[in-house]
Amino acid sequence: MGEREYDASSYVPPAEVGEMELVHPKTFIGKYIWSQDAKVIAIQYVITATSIGLVALVLSLLMRLQLGFPNSLTLIDPSSYLQYVTMHGMIMVIYLLTALFLGGFGNYLIPLMCGARDMAFPYLNMLSYWVYLVSVLLLVVGFFLPGGSTGAGWTLYPPQAINPGTPGVDGGIILMLVSLAAFIIGFTMGGLNYVVTVLQARTRGMTLMRLPLTVWGIFMATVMALLAFPALLVAALMMLLDRLLGTSFFMPGMLSMGELSSHEGGSPLLFQHLFWFFGHPEVYIVALPAFGIVSDLIATHARKNIFGYRMMVWAIIIIGALSFVVWAHHMYVSGMNPYFGFLFATTTLVIAVPTAIKVYNWVLTLWRGNIHFTVPMLFAIGFLFTFVNGGLSGLFLGNVTVDVPLSDTYFVVGHFHMVMAVAPILVIFGAIYHWYPKVTGRMLNDTLGKIHFWVTFLGTYAIYYPMHFIGLEGVPRRYYAYGETTFISDSVQALNAGITIAAFIVAIAQVLFLFNLVWSYFRGRESGPNPWQANTLEWQTPHTPPRHGNFGEELPAVYRWPYDYSVPGAKHDFIPQNVPPEEVEYEESSKSGGRA
Amino acid sequence: MVNSTPRGPTQKSGWQGLVSDLASDQRAFKNVPWGKAMMWIFLLSDIFIFACFLVGYMTVRISTTEPWPDASEVFALHIGSRNVPLLLIAIMTFILISSSGTMALAVKFGYEKNRRATATLLILTALLGASFVGMQAFEWTKLIGEGVRPWGNPWGAAQFGASFFLITGFHGTHVSIGVIFLIIMSIKVLRGSLETGRPGFLTGRKGRYEMVETLGLYWHFVDLVWVFIFAFFYLW
Repeated sequence: MGEREYDASSYVPPAEVGEMELVHPKTFIGKYIWSQDAKVIAIQYVITATSIGLVALVLSLLMRLQLGFPNSLTLIDPSSYLQYVTMHGMIMVIYLLTALFLGGFGNYLIPLMCGARDMAFPYLNMLSYWVYLVSVLLLVVGFFLPGGSTGAGWTLYPPQAINPGTPGVDGGIILMLVSLAAFIIGFTMGGLNYVVTVLQARTRGMTLMRLPLTVWGIFMATVMALLAFPALLVAALMMLLDRLLGTSFFMPGMLSMGELSSHEGGSPLLFQHLFWFFGHPEVYIVALPAFGIVSDLIATHARKNIFGYRMMVWAIIIIGALSFVVWAHHMYVSGMNPYFGFLFATTTLVIAVPTAIKVYNWVLTLWRGNIHFTVPMLFAIGFLFTFVNGGLSGLFLGNVTVDVPLSDTYFVVGHFHMVMAVAPILVIFGAIYHWYPKVTGRMLNDTLGKIHFWVTFLGTYAIYYPMHFIGLEGVPRRYYAYGETTFISDSVQALNAGITIAAFIVAIAQVLFLFNLVWSYFRGRESGPNPWQANTLEWQTPHTPPRHGNFGEELPAVYRWPYDYSVPGAKHDFIPQNVPPEEVEYEESSKSGGRA
Repeated sequence: MVNSTPRGPTQKSGWQGLVSDLASDQRAFKNVPWGKAMMWIFLLSDIFIFACFLVGYMTVRISTTEPWPDASEVFALHIGSRNVPLLLIAIMTFILISSSGTMALAVKFGYEKNRRATATLLILTALLGASFVGMQAFEWTKLIGEGVRPWGNPWGAAQFGASFFLITGFHGTHVSIGVIFLIIMSIKVLRGSLETGRPGFLTGRKGRYEMVETLGLYWHFVDLVWVFIFAFFYLW
């Protein structure tokens, strides 16, 4: 037995806070619609986010159709193409990924993993979901307005976002901005809940350094979101005034369609700074929960303690802090002071250090582990590949001199889809396969899951790898058609067609996944309370799925960290967090060799 | 090899002690009720909103090529035959700062379970807050009457009106929301809901006197933000 990180003690301090007040509803509506139970709210979040995410998926397919087989569908004209680009990006980043990780997984897992009966403020939590739903509905209404939704690109850069000629400038952009503001208000309500629950409502024995990394990732992402979303709110309000009242925060005086605009003296660069002050942390708001969840998936399915737990926690905190000082690396070509570029390139490369620590620790956790190739594990390993790939192309783009020629090309599209679209989505899939048994009491179908994984994982590479090459040729993104362009070689069209075919195959695999979700709910194998033999508290609930209040009569007490897998000498290869040291069973032969 | 975590008084000092205190069992901040912790975190988020507003204002003020209207003339009150600069705003600021004092007293009497004094002071705070908003409305009316609009004004850069109405409006909304909650809280105190633990109208959860302090945090924050807005708009 070498020196290992180990934290267990038989002493558990007495409870500091009294029992939580729970409102137990009697009616169906109280239980499932206006629910204050974090688990039900989580499922509401997941269903809403997935539904709007499917819309964004269809939009991406329409875009691919136009790029791979130009003008094959008359429905897609240049302005609707721009609208697809915009809405696809906006929905995927904010309304799907942010809402799913924080609203979905955050709501379900934080109270269970911390050993709380519910979130600290259940009523506020319920409001959070309903405001989120309103923001999604506002977004959807935008599609049906005359002129359609906005086509300004998901970054909504002024002046073009509110200039005549951009699709959706009459109504779409207004609804977009209002919807964003609503999303931020709703998220703030939820986010306050997550933070307070993690900080103040843990069960006896649960120190911060005994929290599963999933909770750490979601917690830090929430803190970041609470500090980053204000910048987006301010930018949205200012742009709303520019559009509705004719103010000039962001709008310079300019000639538009042969006429002098009524705006004067605003600063478009100010918007970019505000937007990216939100936008860059947003990348990590999506990535950190994925980091946390994947750590737990890898440790559980490799039956081995996570390598360097403390380092993992500090890396999460440091990444969170650093991500607030890198935003202008999205703006190297914006015309800002060139010295900024140097500063932000440096901070950007510094952030690679804690990120690399995390990647090494995941790999070292796998090293000589007892790896079970279950579906969640496959997705977790898939994440490692796509994340490292996307991270490496990030090193290219973080350097000013390399970034300038690559700006706004398909290289950028390939990079960020690899690192912040596919990588977190793979973790979401893995997490769904992992926790579905706890949510429903039934296992997802394994064969369908493996098909889903391989098609998605390989399809990802088929889609995004070629984009890097296309981008190196200088093909700009967000273009409807390329026409006669000398610097683009003919083979690009062939690659584009291939990407489109791959995209459709991957999309079909997602239909398979949805089918699996529904089918397994009724016909899946019964899972029992702890099918993966995991240590964290959510697997130790008396009921599966857990009832309102989570833990029955008495809250569990926590005696150890969550990664006691394959402890030498122990009879089982896992020791749940709520098992006191004196109740751990040891193998007869090695009893003397076990720990005191 | 077993690292039996030390219990009882913290044995580490300096930064390590701070970290292990924060990371300790059940609660990071001991003896801080959930509502109060939530309010502090919310205010942190709100600070970022106001900071972004003020940074945006500074940016447009610096980058515009038009001259910026002179604050001591624009915000002057015409009394008798002379212009008194910043008179109205001085009164408004005085009132708002005073209301922080009455709020602090309300919190004190709340913890002493002195129902009448708490309610009286809460209502007084609400009145001071409402008169602040009233004077702000007067100031807006005066400026609008002189031709200031979000998209332009007679004296110079259009961004003056835009950022003035946006930021003071956003702050005024904060004050108004605070006034509404002060009134609700004073009704709760008067009815004795905070002593009997009567369930709230919407949330269905019991009230406690700590709620007065939580509301107080919000109110002090709104006052503090005003100091910054005052400095950046009226003194710059």
